[in-house]
Amino acid sequence: MTRPGLAKLWPLACIALAGLVPWIPGMPAFWVTLLNYTGIAAIVAIGLVVLTGIGGMTSFGQATLLGLGAYTTAIMSKYYDLSPWLGLPAGLLVTAAGATLIGAVTVRLSGHYLALGTIAWSVGLYYTFANLDLVGRNDGISGIPPLEVAGYRLLDARMSFTVIWLGVLLAALATMNLLDSRAGRAIRALKGGAVAAASFGVDTARTRLLAFVYSAVLAGFAGWLYVHMQRSVNPTPFGFYQSIQYLLMAVIGGAAHIPGALLGAALVTLVNDRLQDILPKLFGARGNYESIVFGMLLIAVLQWAPDGLWPLIARFRPRRRAIQADAPRLAAQTMPERGSTLLEVVRLRRNFGGLVAVNDIDFTLKAGEILGLIGPNGAGKSTTFNLITGVDTPSGGIVRFRGGDLTGRPARHVAAQGIARTFQHVKLVPTMSVIENVAIGAHLRGHASPLAGLLRLDRAEDARLYAEAARQLARVGLADAADRPATSLALGQQRIVEIARALCLDPVLLLLDEPAAGLRHNEKAELSTLLRRLRDEGVTILLVEHDMEFVMGLVDRLVVMDFGTKLADGPPDAVRADPRVIEAYLGSVE
Amino acid sequence: MDLSIFLILVQDGVVNGAIYALLALSLVLVFAVTRVILVAQGEFVAFGGLTYAALATGQTPGAIWLLGGLGLAAFAGGLWQERRRMRGGALLRHALFTLALPAAIIAATLVLAPRRAGIVVEVLLAVAIVTPMAPYLYRIAFQPLGNASVLTLLITAVALHLALTGLGLVFFGPEGFRAPPFSDAMILAGPLMIPGQAIWILGLTLALMLGLYAFFEKTLTGKALRATAVNRLGARLVGIPTAQAGVLAFGLAGFIGALSGVLIVPLTTVYYDGGFMIGLRGFTAAIIGGLGSYPGAVLAALLVGVAESFSSFWASAFKEVIVFTAIIPVLLWRSLRHGNGEDEE
Repeated sequence: MTRPGLAKLWPLACIALAGLVPWIPGMPAFWVTLLNYTGIAAIVAIGLVVLTGIGGMTSFGQATLLGLGAYTTAIMSKYYDLSPWLGLPAGLLVTAAGATLIGAVTVRLSGHYLALGTIAWSVGLYYTFANLDLVGRNDGISGIPPLEVAGYRLLDARMSFTVIWLGVLLAALATMNLLDSRAGRAIRALKGGAVAAASFGVDTARTRLLAFVYSAVLAGFAGWLYVHMQRSVNPTPFGFYQSIQYLLMAVIGGAAHIPGALLGAALVTLVNDRLQDILPKLFGARGNYESIVFGMLLIAVLQWAPDGLWPLIARFRPRRRAIQADAPRLAAQTMPERGSTLLEVVRLRRNFGGLVAVNDIDFTLKAGEILGLIGPNGAGKSTTFNLITGVDTPSGGIVRFRGGDLTGRPARHVAAQGIARTFQHVKLVPTMSVIENVAIGAHLRGHASPLAGLLRLDRAEDARLYAEAARQLARVGLADAADRPATSLALGQQRIVEIARALCLDPVLLLLDEPAAGLRHNEKAELSTLLRRLRDEGVTILLVEHDMEFVMGLVDRLVVMDFGTKLADGPPDAVRADPRVIEAYLGSVE
Repeated sequence: MDLSIFLILVQDGVVNGAIYALLALSLVLVFAVTRVILVAQGEFVAFGGLTYAALATGQTPGAIWLLGGLGLAAFAGGLWQERRRMRGGALLRHALFTLALPAAIIAATLVLAPRRAGIVVEVLLAVAIVTPMAPYLYRIAFQPLGNASVLTLLITAVALHLALTGLGLVFFGPEGFRAPPFSDAMILAGPLMIPGQAIWILGLTLALMLGLYAFFEKTLTGKALRATAVNRLGARLVGIPTAQAGVLAFGLAGFIGALSGVLIVPLTTVYYDGGFMIGLRGFTAAIIGGLGSYPGAVLAALLVGVAESFSSFWASAFKEVIVFTAIIPVLLWRSLRHGNGEDEE
């Protein structure tokens, strides 16, 4: 066991040391100011790390959100003589409210709608700032009071420096905490694993909204710092162009990494300052010539180093996670009585245009049995799976589980009923370790709010979730792989990780989509043993499989599908002898 | 407000809306074929307008040097990307398209610009100068990204917008320009005085839409573009070169943008960075139409045009605010109708 956390703390140590920079004798005031701007930009860029690099969404309106925070505190402290310290919560509240509005109408749509929405509304809000008398139109507001600590007014740029970089430190810490919490794992699962996350009860729309609002709150925080340092405010720094610069910082630095945000903020701020000096001399006129350089730079980075510069400096390596094996166990489901009817599928149907993928399928599943769903390629097995688990909506028919109607319910509702699944095309989050992926399976068994995660109040619960994840990993025989990046495992093992993740849900019913594909012979035998043991413990299993040898020796009953319809239903031996099944598999013998 | 003001506002809105409709159509087309949300569409409008304004006053437009530069960059970029594959005929075609074509256009402009060759020639020249820039930019910025996500392509498009705005400043300068109208005719229709330029705009817009319709319905190339829009992989499997489809889609976008710019520059002063706001209105329309429907986009564009002219009458300072925040209720409506978007790329 290495010393946990120490490796992660060095960037924070660097930031803390950086706090001393402006007090170096002979440090030019100009550099201090530039570093102040870097710090403010870094806070916005850290927000974009959560939103873009990790959440897989983008906003072209971060500068406008910063403006919302800035104007709120400016109005309060200038016109109402309130303390700037009151402007902080107010500014954060206003930016959060604005972001919630724009986020709520877009998070249910495809990813690019949020980005487009932010373009439109940031242009709209910019013109509002520029035309509203209350905020001084294009002239803005000046003479805004500085921050005060114990009666001392922080007017010196070096004082601002300390405050701003404390803010950066705070933002970085809060973000690291958030990403390491239950809510943070949900955000990290959005990129590449949204369907899987939903299948484990994550409300993906709310999680997207959370990521956007969090990034907005950081921008609002940066706006508050900006206004009381600058002591004046006008619409220019809050326009579309500035928003693109923030995005550029996040993308150049490495949008998935917090230190990358710092690197990007520093690079862009410094280069911007130099270019604004050099380019007008070169072209012989004043103007935003630096936009040419930044535009081209962004295109080049996206083409040649889409993950940004930070991964070139430090390679991704999941940290070793200390597991508290003695953490109290999570509450478990009571299993239904063996032999009682668990799942009823009645005349289930799915049309894609004229194609009937699933054609009035009926079957029932009794508690404590293993049922195999087999059939040739394209028989509609996976579609049936998706209809039961809420990934797809049936065109007709009924799905009943433990007496309750599940037809057409969303995936996260299905998960809440105690139905867990694996995927034919493995859906693990590549940027998370094996055990972190498995812990997503326990999402519904924890309750910690994002705020609790941010403030580290969720540690006891999180330890229990991770202890459960470790137990399930051990149960499937992959305890040794816990801290490896999920996608570094062989494909067959990744399927087993998916089973461990599904077991973390504490499922009544386990749906496995081709679990044995890609496994070696002895691994298949181990999987059979595991599944039988699960059945003996009361878990009901429904599996789709191609490997006949594996299926025949394992299942209690088989349902055979072909071209969307059910051909046969019964014990393996009876099904094997059914002439219609033989015809479907081997072709007609006429 | 009396009836005549109402009618004038509607007329104004419809004329502007026609331009937005063209831009919205081209945005939908480019998105369907390449999955690029072409934020930089507005730059072609500004460049087209400024180029025509220069030609109409007998000046040699700076845009020709931008065209030459972009051609050169596309030549180098293409050569580098396909350094292993490009030989003989392909190399020659590539050089013809990226080097010889701009050279010919530059030469023609240098000869014709000082002579005042007449409106038709000047319009054609302005469109010819700006149109090829779009496919060159596709080669440089988008083609190397291959199967990147919509989001990456969108960020690239925004970056392109940024770079082009700066280049616009370099090649056109900070001043705005306006060109004389195509004709001074004025048609009286009841209380309305319809200027000739408005007739030109509506007529050309309609002609262009019909042309696009014929292109997509009747020609093999048009059908190939539609096939690419429906299914890129499938299109490639049946032998449609999807990269060429992208070049073609961008060519159409450049053409529509340039023509829109030429059409509006007699109506309003155009600045090097003014295209963005015009393009953004096309965007609003395309999004209201759902980024997938051509008739929907056209209808929405007319609505945006009319909404804009009425809001500039009632609250001119907040005209942009009204036009762009109108997108939020539309997104809300789509979101409620669309349900859960668990799509993964």
